[in-house]
Amino acid sequence: MSGAARSGAERAPATRGERAAPEPSVVLTGVCGRLGRLLLRVLHREGRVVGIDRREFPDAPPDLVHYRLDLRRKACRDVFRREPVRAVVHLGVMHDPRLPAETRHAWNVEGFGRVLGYVAAHRIPKLVLLSSAAVYGARPGNPQFLSEDAPLLASSRLSEIRDLVELDMLAQTFFWRAPECETVILRPAFIAGRVHNEIYSYFRLPLTPRLLGFDPMMQFLHEDDVVSALRLALRPGLRGIFNLGGPGVLPLSQVIERVGRPSLPVIHPLARRLLDSLWRLGLTDFPGREVDYLRYVCMVDDRRARTELGWAPRRSLDETIRAIRDAVTT
Amino acid sequence: MTVRSRRPGSAARRSRPVLAPEAALVPLAPPSCGEPPTSLPPPAPTLAPIDTPGADLLARGLRAAGRRLRRAIDPEFDRQYERILEQLDVRAYDPFGFNVGYARSVLHVAAWMYRRYFRCRVEGIDRVPPGRALLVANHSGQIPIDGMMIATAMLLDHNPPRLVRSMIEKWAATLPAISTFFARCGQVVGLPENCRLLLEREELILVFPEGTRGISKTIDRAYQLEEFGSGFARLALENRAPIVPVAVVGAEEQYPSVANLKTIADLLGAPALPVSPLFLLGPLGLLPLPTRYHIAFGDPIWLEGEVDEEDERVTEHVHRVRSAVQHLLRRTLEQRKGIFR
Repeated sequence: MSGAARSGAERAPATRGERAAPEPSVVLTGVCGRLGRLLLRVLHREGRVVGIDRREFPDAPPDLVHYRLDLRRKACRDVFRREPVRAVVHLGVMHDPRLPAETRHAWNVEGFGRVLGYVAAHRIPKLVLLSSAAVYGARPGNPQFLSEDAPLLASSRLSEIRDLVELDMLAQTFFWRAPECETVILRPAFIAGRVHNEIYSYFRLPLTPRLLGFDPMMQFLHEDDVVSALRLALRPGLRGIFNLGGPGVLPLSQVIERVGRPSLPVIHPLARRLLDSLWRLGLTDFPGREVDYLRYVCMVDDRRARTELGWAPRRSLDETIRAIRDAVTT
Repeated sequence: MTVRSRRPGSAARRSRPVLAPEAALVPLAPPSCGEPPTSLPPPAPTLAPIDTPGADLLARGLRAAGRRLRRAIDPEFDRQYERILEQLDVRAYDPFGFNVGYARSVLHVAAWMYRRYFRCRVEGIDRVPPGRALLVANHSGQIPIDGMMIATAMLLDHNPPRLVRSMIEKWAATLPAISTFFARCGQVVGLPENCRLLLEREELILVFPEGTRGISKTIDRAYQLEEFGSGFARLALENRAPIVPVAVVGAEEQYPSVANLKTIADLLGAPALPVSPLFLLGPLGLLPLPTRYHIAFGDPIWLEGEVDEEDERVTEHVHRVRSAVQHLLRRTLEQRKGIFR
């Protein structure tokens, strides 16, 4: 009656021949999310992909082996026991600000902790974590472009991001805990597209709030460019932390204008309270604590990704901004 | 050589026969140099024409003031500068937030202040070498008009015109409107990372190593240099950038401050709170006195040493630069005939 027996069976291909001639697979956690699906679309053509997600995947491609599992369940261990795995890509980070903070935190940290355990135990050669450039925090003392060595200070003001900072730190400890595993941490700028993230909720507000007198420069990254970075990160022999900037920088006011939203300038001492009360009333999905990102720069220097990872954004700035516009208007 | 700013047209026309517009503003068109391609994205292309680049009250005010003032300032300068700007994309932003359209509006005001209000006299501006360099100046006058005037001098009286990037106080980044104003004019928060990046782009950087200690001096300590911070010397060593000492005379008297209310300033989170007897005059007292500015540029100094030099050695470099600024300051003060003359 193990979870493994129940799970996956429905989605797994009828023939369980993989066990006999196992092709090492890539495990995608959080495969049902937007980025998971996009990455799957690229990876399943190249080799075997195993998905782990709590959610259903109704229109999964037939060659995906999907386990509908909570990462914290013991049944997950069986997945790793059964499958020869060549890499784990951890996208299964819960972001929903509506969930109680304790639940989300426990799920995220414990889930990733388990994943790290399996990677170490089964000597999986590659681990990729999709973190975020937001972990550095938006602060007045930020350099215009933060390098990978900058401290992760986001959680000092913004508790929502604590989970991600902790995950990032956990992955960093893995560099020495499991030196034989090539760990890669990607820290992309705000992701534009149909990803349900803070930018999406921000532009979904009926009126887009701006802080009067503040107009920080911002970086955006098209979801396709994140996927291409994830794919490059799977290349053997590559390890380290990589910032992913974007095709260009724009001041926030310009982004709002190009996305085509009506904006509302708010005095900054009021903005946080205003947004928080809207949030508490359930009118928006954008918590007021994120206003720091509308006030100070939080941009990253991605020279390392461009040289070592060989990554460069393919989508232009216009296309990237258009992706936000298309996502929020439909 | 002394450039009399009163009659800029004749001098400028003679000394600047040909101006390569694409090399005019360094940050947007950096000179070719054998550096590896940086990740910094080029100025962003625009989707649709946008009329208000800053989309900001301050910007709109400045534009209106600029339109009015451009009639008052030298039309020759205006035509000259317009010619440069026509070549550049007015709507584009550089990675640090500099915007040509916005900066032009500000320059109209700045040029009027430079030519008419403070009647700046500039000396030795030709000594600023091409490529990366650090301008190290004394800081005074309660609000950083001195920085603005040095930047204006480099745009109006230097050939080719160069954009100056001042290293601004971190505190300024927390202020509404002012933070945006600085960024749009190409000014940058004073952090070593930012400075390094700009020097790699062969830009010209303005540093006030005295920091807020210098600018908030009371009038009794006018023209006495405070201690210099050492960050600039390390950056110069690290990036092999020459240092140009700069002395600004005239700014000390624009707001004669008699006291600095440190306690209240701390409560407000501000670095200083000067008190001037002119404030008794009401709003009129907020205007700086129209003292004459004298800006003197010294010979460039190339620091020699290793990148990770010991503190003591770096301190020696700092002293060398400080005494150069001191010397220049004293000489300019001696030559001055009066505060307003």
